[in-house]
Amino acid sequence: MTPSDISQNLNENQSTGKGQPATGTSRVKRGLADMLKGGVIMDVVTADQAKIAEDAGAVAVMALERVPADIRAQGGVARMSDPDLIDGIVEAVSIPVMAKARIGHFVEAQVLEALQVDYIDESEVLSPADYVNHIDKWDLQVPFVCGATNLGEALRRITEGAAMIRSKGEAGTGDVSEAVKHIRTIRGEIAKLSSLSKDELYVAAKELQAPYELVAEVAREGRLPVVLFTAGGVATPADAALMMQLGADGVFVGSGIFKSGNPEARAAAIVKATAQYQDAAAVAEASRGLGEAMVGINVADLPAPHRLADRGW
Amino acid sequence: MSRETDGPAVVGILALQGDVREHAQVLTALGARVREVRAAADLDGLDGLVLPGGESSVIEKLARMLGVAAAVQAAVRGGLPVYGTCAGMILLADRIANPITGQGSFGGLDVTVARNAFGSQVRSFETELSVPQVSADPVHAVFIRAPAVLRVGEGVQVLASVPAARLEDPSLLPDGGFLASSGQVPVAVRQGSLLATSFHPEVTGDWSFHRWFLEWLVLPARGARLSR
Repeated sequence: MTPSDISQNLNENQSTGKGQPATGTSRVKRGLADMLKGGVIMDVVTADQAKIAEDAGAVAVMALERVPADIRAQGGVARMSDPDLIDGIVEAVSIPVMAKARIGHFVEAQVLEALQVDYIDESEVLSPADYVNHIDKWDLQVPFVCGATNLGEALRRITEGAAMIRSKGEAGTGDVSEAVKHIRTIRGEIAKLSSLSKDELYVAAKELQAPYELVAEVAREGRLPVVLFTAGGVATPADAALMMQLGADGVFVGSGIFKSGNPEARAAAIVKATAQYQDAAAVAEASRGLGEAMVGINVADLPAPHRLADRGW
Repeated sequence: MSRETDGPAVVGILALQGDVREHAQVLTALGARVREVRAAADLDGLDGLVLPGGESSVIEKLARMLGVAAAVQAAVRGGLPVYGTCAGMILLADRIANPITGQGSFGGLDVTVARNAFGSQVRSFETELSVPQVSADPVHAVFIRAPAVLRVGEGVQVLASVPAARLEDPSLLPDGGFLASSGQVPVAVRQGSLLATSFHPEVTGDWSFHRWFLEWLVLPARGARLSR
C-alpha cells in the first residue's frame, strides 16, 4: 500500500486478490477504530488498573509506563513501555490494548507489533526519537493512532498510514482548553474545506501540506476518512461530554482517572457521560460523588518547551 | 396507527457505543427509516432492530444501566427482527464462553459464542464468503477482533463459516459433534427472526446481509403487524 492508494482504498476490495483472506488492510485497521466510537480509552500503567478500566466500561486501554502527569513531573526521556508490563496488561483484559511508541521510532513500533498489541499510538507524550520523520505506518500490520493539533497535521499522519486520529490537547495537565482548541480547529478547518470550490482545493492542499486527493476527499465527505477521537486534559464527565458535543467520535482519558481520588467511580462516570453526552441530567448524575479530580496544571502556566502538543509536525 | 401503513420500514439501531453511523448509512441507502435507540421508549413501533459492532462488554453494561437491556429482551421475545454484527452477535447469544466479570447478554439466539475468537488485531482479516441463502455472489466480510460461534442449538441455521484453523485457539471448538468434524466455525447464523454475523457488512460496502434482513425478516414482520 502506498500513499497514492489512500483515497481509493475504502472504495474497492484492496485485499490481495479475490477470495484470499488478507490481514493488515486499511479497512481492517480503520475498522477497529470505527468499533471504538462513542467509547472511552483509558491510560493504565498496571494490569490491576487495566482490569479496573475494563470493569468500568473502557472500550480499550492504553498501556504505558507512566501517565503523562508523572512524565511531566519526573521529567527525563519517556520511552515505550517494558514488554513484561504490556504482556501483563494484554493478559489481564479482553478489550483492545493500545501502547505508545515514540514519534519516528519504528523499531519500538515493530516491537509492539511483535507483542501483538491491538493499536499503536505514535505519541508526542513520549520523547520523540526523530525530529524529522514520523513512522511509515503502512509498513506494519498493526494499526496506528496519531495526534494532531490541526487538519494539515491530521492529513499528513493519515498519508503516512494512521488509521485513527486523536486531537492532541495537552496531556497530563487536567486542563481541557487545548483539547477544545484542537478539536475546534480540526472541525472548523474541515467545514471550511467543504465550502471551497474545486479549483480552490489545490491551494488548500498546498496550504495544508497534504496530498490533493486526500484534501478533496475530506472536502467532499465533510469529515476525515478515519475516526477522530480527542485527548489531552479530559478530567471530568462534563469534560468528556463537552468533547463529544464538539464532534469527537470518542475520548482518551490519560492521567484524569488514575490521578484522581476515586478511579473506579470516575472511570465509570466518564464512560456514562460519554455515552449520554447530549443528556445534561445524565451528565449531572454522572458527576456526583466522585471525590477529588486530578489537581491539574493550567496550560497557560506551562513554559513552551514543556508543551507536549508542539511535538510532531 | 395509520401513520405506519405506508412509508418505509422503521429500523432502530442500538446507539450506546460502536459503529452506529455505518449501519445508519447502509439502512438509509436501502430505503429504511432509521431511529437511534438509547432508551426503552425508543423501541416502540420499530419494525426491526440492529445491534451494531463495538465493544460488547461496554454496550451491554450501558444497556443494563439505562434500562434498555430488559426492553430489548422483551422485544426479542415478542418476535422483533434483530440483526447483530460482531458485538451485536455476542449480545444476541444465549451463552458467552469468555465474558468479562459480570457481563451478560440480551440472549434469544441459542448459540455459545467466544469473544475475540480469532486473536489480536494483527490477526483481524477480510475475506470472501459463500453464503448461498443470502447472496448469489460471494459476500465480502471484514472480521475485526471478531467473535465466533462455538455451539449452535437445534433451531439455529448456519449461513456461513470459515476454517476453524483461523481461530486463535482451535481447541475452543467442542470435541466431536458437527462443528468440530466439519473443520469449520460458524460466522453467520439465523434463528427465527434473529440474524447474527461475526463480521461487519456495514464497513465493506457489501449490503447483501442488510438487504436480506430487510426483505426476509423486517418487511414480513411489518406486514404481519400492520395487518393485525
